[in-house]
Amino acid sequence: MTDEYRQLLNLLRSSEAAGTVVRDIERLSRGIDNVKIVHVCGTHEHTISRFGIRLILPKNVKLIAGPGCPVCITPASEIDAVIELALSGVAVLTFGDMLRVPGSELSLFQARSRGADVRVVYSFLDAIKVARSEPSREFVFFAIGFETTAATVAPYIALGKVPENLSLFVSHRLIPPAMEFMSLLRHGADAYIAPGHVSTIIGCKPYEVFPKVYRQSVVIAGFEPLDVLLAVKTILDLTKRGDVKLVNEYSRAVRYEGNVLALKYMYRVFEVVDGAWRGIGVIPQSKLCLRSEYRRYDAVERYGISIRRGIDVRPGCRCGDVIVGRAVPTDCPYFAKVCTPNNPLGPCMVSMEGTCRIWYQFERTRGGEVSERERATEYLYNSSS
Amino acid sequence: MCLGIPGKVLEVRGDTAIVDFGGLRKEVSIVLTPDVQPGDYVIVHAGFAISKISREEALEMLKLLSEVVNSIKVPKTSSR
Ligand code: SF4
Repeated sequence: MTDEYRQLLNLLRSSEAAGTVVRDIERLSRGIDNVKIVHVCGTHEHTISRFGIRLILPKNVKLIAGPGCPVCITPASEIDAVIELALSGVAVLTFGDMLRVPGSELSLFQARSRGADVRVVYSFLDAIKVARSEPSREFVFFAIGFETTAATVAPYIALGKVPENLSLFVSHRLIPPAMEFMSLLRHGADAYIAPGHVSTIIGCKPYEVFPKVYRQSVVIAGFEPLDVLLAVKTILDLTKRGDVKLVNEYSRAVRYEGNVLALKYMYRVFEVVDGAWRGIGVIPQSKLCLRSEYRRYDAVERYGISIRRGIDVRPGCRCGDVIVGRAVPTDCPYFAKVCTPNNPLGPCMVSMEGTCRIWYQFERTRGGEVSERERATEYLYNSSS
Repeated sequence: MCLGIPGKVLEVRGDTAIVDFGGLRKEVSIVLTPDVQPGDYVIVHAGFAISKISREEALEMLKLLSEVVNSIKVPKTSSR
């Protein structure tokens, strides 16, 4: 068969295309003030850091990482509660990147070395399989993540396919309320790059408020370096014309209405409540919890868990500022010295979507800015991929 | 967690599909994208295909890009 998508991917990765867009960005950036662009997705940060995109952008264009890492924003109090369950003898199933995230005192990984049964699963479907294969054991699935992940959890609950020995500790959070919280309170973003994969589920509509009410443009973008560059170009183009808009750059995967079936399952099973975000505080209408019809799957009810105050940010750790883009990891005195992926002090150093962890991998080894700028430019202009 | 990877559907088996990720094959759930067919590209997140990649939109983008990047030719193979 013809493979247009392969061709598109090759084009998206071609240095010629990147070079053209970078030149457009340079041209558009002339004669305008500072433009502050906030993205809210760990995968975008990964692309930006890995390909050194910040270094090839003009000085007046700032790309800032917002709260886009699900394990980073899960409050310590919720991790503590799951650890308590695990230590009491219930087996806990979790995604791998939650394993080493520090709670108030321990991580799930440390709980495991104290005898708790903590296992990593790749998907909620795996969790169901594990629970089915050991019917005499009780399991709790630690359901973290944004809309993208909540959408994968809901259908099997709605379809009644969750075995009796499996319940869920639901910690899902929603992205648009967090963006709106930043717009309302303290974040001087001029524009957002919206997360592509969350948007495949929720579609474009939830972002319409930003141009309308807050006069901030939003560009929904994919995860190739060129997707990010095109998003920046679009934002500069709008800025230059004094316009604000919602633009879907990732139209190959995101429909205006989102994934209607996924949304139907999600809101059949979950309802929206206020929720705390680690390092940020309570954000109105930003958390999912099981509706009363499905409460029998709720681990909090099943085991009578009480959620106690936790220690979200340890003294000295600047994760709270890093998560909302008020600081970058290199502003933290512990970065790459005391705090490393093997010995994380804060949640941002753990997951491959955490800003500190990403910077540890890609930015730490960078020498002077000039040589790095050259390297990134060289990548974008000359490499053939 | 939000890492979504594009892959190509090889085979559909009820509510799961075998998806090829550049040589690596995995079984993924298609309860959220029940209309996918072999040959389609999908975005897979945490074991679930969450979105089908639109051939029309991909072609559209390919065309747009070819206009700005002179040296790139519009593919003649398009199956429109
Ligand atoms: S480097 Fe470590 S201590 Fe510093 S802000 Fe990041 S996670 Fe916290």
